[in-house]
Amino acid sequence: MSALLQRRPKADPVAAAPAARTRTRAGKQGTKRRENLAAYGFLAPWFVGLFFITAGPLLASLYFSFTDYNLIGDHSWVGLENYSRMLEDERLHNSLRVTFTYVFVSVPLQLAMALALAMVLDRGVRGLPLYRSVYYLPSLLGGSVAIAILWRQVFGANGLINQVLGFFGIQGEGWVSHPDYALGTLIVLNVWTFGAPMVIFLAGLRQIPRMYYEAAMVDGAGPVRKFWHITVPLLTPIIFFNLVLQIINAFQTFTQAFIVSGGTGGPSDSTMFYTLYLYQRGFGSFEMGYASAMAWLLLMIIGGFTAVNFLASKYWVFYGD
Amino acid sequence: MATKTTARATTQERSRAARTRRLIVHIGLIGFGLIMLYPLLWMLASSFKPTAEIFRAPGLIPETFHPGNYTEGWTALQFPFHHYLLNSAIVVVGAIIGNLIGCSMAAYAFARLEFRGKRLFFAIMLATIMLPIHVVIVPQYILFAEIGWINTFLPLIVPKLLATDGFFIFLMVQFIRGLPKDLDEAARIDGCGHVRIFFRIIMPLSLPALATTAIFTFIWTWNDFFSQLIFLTSPDMYTVPVALRTFVDSSSQTSWGPLFAMSVIALGPVFGFFLAGQKYLVKGIATTGIK
Repeated sequence: MSALLQRRPKADPVAAAPAARTRTRAGKQGTKRRENLAAYGFLAPWFVGLFFITAGPLLASLYFSFTDYNLIGDHSWVGLENYSRMLEDERLHNSLRVTFTYVFVSVPLQLAMALALAMVLDRGVRGLPLYRSVYYLPSLLGGSVAIAILWRQVFGANGLINQVLGFFGIQGEGWVSHPDYALGTLIVLNVWTFGAPMVIFLAGLRQIPRMYYEAAMVDGAGPVRKFWHITVPLLTPIIFFNLVLQIINAFQTFTQAFIVSGGTGGPSDSTMFYTLYLYQRGFGSFEMGYASAMAWLLLMIIGGFTAVNFLASKYWVFYGD
Repeated sequence: MATKTTARATTQERSRAARTRRLIVHIGLIGFGLIMLYPLLWMLASSFKPTAEIFRAPGLIPETFHPGNYTEGWTALQFPFHHYLLNSAIVVVGAIIGNLIGCSMAAYAFARLEFRGKRLFFAIMLATIMLPIHVVIVPQYILFAEIGWINTFLPLIVPKLLATDGFFIFLMVQFIRGLPKDLDEAARIDGCGHVRIFFRIIMPLSLPALATTAIFTFIWTWNDFFSQLIFLTSPDMYTVPVALRTFVDSSSQTSWGPLFAMSVIALGPVFGFFLAGQKYLVKGIATTGIK
């Protein structure tokens, strides 16, 4: 290969003559223009989608957030009224509290579970593909209406959990219909879907060279030190990736809360997730202007969290180089 | 001699200890797996129990086998359940075809072509991945209402054809970048245009990425509730998730058996895909991080 490269003749002086050079440049410009055209052709659907489905609606919702649009009749500019109303809307504050609690409790639990099982499975356990599939399955189904229906029954007054508790002589609550516990059942549901981040952790653990552990063992490091000094630092990019992804997902949770509470966010708004409240305002009472303002707050929250995550990552995420 | 025997004894002891430890790990993993799967198995079992028995026993084996839940659930709503299954199938197939066409075209341009504004557009495309649907749903609803698409499948399919699922563009860009460039350069020297390179070289080689896209589009669209709830308004257009929701509302506490039977039916296709495409699924998620 290198011999081939070396034998390539040096630039022909005739070809380098000014006339020829302009010709190649013209030719290059021709291919350039053709490539530009081809690229825009291939991107045409994406451009249309960006304009009508994504960026256009994004700007439109920003505009609507400053109006009193209600789908019927005309709308008028109300300035920051929707935003100042958000400051006083107790139910909205409650929905933020519910959503933040959900994110801050369920995501760390889910990731801790995922990492713990990934580490057990990474130790060359026999039947790994089977275990991995079993743990991963709930992730695939977890977001569906059918599973939310199941959850409603499992944590209901006569549900599976209470039947099992009754077996031990404990009289359980109607978990989903109790304001103190309803959110907890949804947190359990999210933790139950730890399989997806687990599979990613497994892929990450496989990247860690075994010799690091062997070297640490020679130095007399126990499992705890190996975990904190080798596994965690080398896994930080994956932890970071899972964290960002799961936080973004958790903030947008809707289906589970909608089905478990029958669309009400009850009992006493204890499962009134932010997106559910947004849906009620926008598509229940058709306050599209207010819903748009809420949507922009959500965008800012998610964007803010992601930005903070990325900024903070400088201090704790290590890329091996 | 004496030291040799003790050494042998300790290795034997150590291997026995290792075996016990392995056994404990397996018991733990199996036990935990059973707890994880128990609600699913219990729902499957309950779908064959008379409703009264569901509330009585947490066990899996029905005392009275009652397949009547399935026939009862099938006809419990305004339309027979296959009507909703068919609606879901139309939406899912449309979404898959849309994503495969729209996203692969955009991905080819981003991965292989040089054009003005490429970096900017690529950054915009990446940014759209993080955009919550809630931010665009209100104007989308208004737009689709204007052009008369509410209560049709078009709002669920056409956006996919327009490559709005940036995630899959990104997935395919990453994949196509990994393909050897010599192939399309050789084809170009042979006089192939971009359209032919795309169809004859890039697409056939991208089959794994296309399969991942198809599988995850299937699962996401089949499970999707939010946009189907908003865009489909009359019962004859309902998809499976929306139909199940009306089932919950109309039947309240009384008919858990039929409700579970239809929930099992609703989970069936995803479960089937899971069994058939486990390798692709796990590989897809390990490399891309999607659920």
